[in-house]
Amino acid sequence: MIPRLSDALDFQSQALVLRADRQRLIASNIANADTPGFKSRDFDFADALRTATGSTQAGQGIADDILQPGGKSAPRLRYVQPNQTHLDSNTVDMDRERAAFVDNAVKYEATLRFINGSVRSMLDAMKSHNQG
Amino acid sequence: MSMFRIFDVAGSAVSAQSQRLNVVASNLANADTVAGPDGSAYKARQVVFQTALMGPPGQRDSTAGVRVSTIAEDNTPGRRVHDPKHPSADAGGYVTFSNVNPVEEMVNMMSASRSYQNNIEVMNTARSLLVKTLQIGQS
Repeated sequence: MIPRLSDALDFQSQALVLRADRQRLIASNIANADTPGFKSRDFDFADALRTATGSTQAGQGIADDILQPGGKSAPRLRYVQPNQTHLDSNTVDMDRERAAFVDNAVKYEATLRFINGSVRSMLDAMKSHNQG
Repeated sequence: MSMFRIFDVAGSAVSAQSQRLNVVASNLANADTVAGPDGSAYKARQVVFQTALMGPPGQRDSTAGVRVSTIAEDNTPGRRVHDPKHPSADAGGYVTFSNVNPVEEMVNMMSASRSYQNNIEVMNTARSLLVKTLQIGQS
């Protein structure tokens, strides 16, 4: 019974953890916008989510692996291909990072709403019929 | 919760940028300083940023903050003006001013303040996302 309750939330919580990871990564790109030689990094969210949830079916306790950096299901980071080169070989493109940051924040909120929705429907299912 | 690390990252950037603004302010304030009796005028200073890995030692992750590694002095010779009546003029009648370039400093200031704003916005976004995360299952 309990696994069936948690399974419904598992996928969304994996997505939420990955969204938080990506938010953190973009924040560190923005923080280093003026650091000479810094290379902007990002990861492919769809790819990372597929890896994270695909391994969920094989084993358990994967959520802990994702939180642990360097774990086998940590998202693979890639260097961003810069549109323009800088003299100090910094590859942070502020426009791209800002757009990615806002995009990721909106999608993080969307994931939160999905989780809230499933929590609410689970609570509704738990209520007895005469409780309103 | 990895989102909390965003405050460390953006905070490190904000403090680095404010240090940069401080250095710009001190450069601009000394833009017209002339050399003292020892012949050395104020030298323009520049902060040098460096990536700093975040997290406790031993479990550092990919999150990178920023810190000021050094404050470098600009060693180009200062502007020299022929003004024999000036009290700080040397034997040849020349006065040495500081080597601060006000135009460069203004550009530096704009860039620093924009980066500061960006990082504050990052913190605000992270804060509102975290507040909403704390409200999961409520309402």
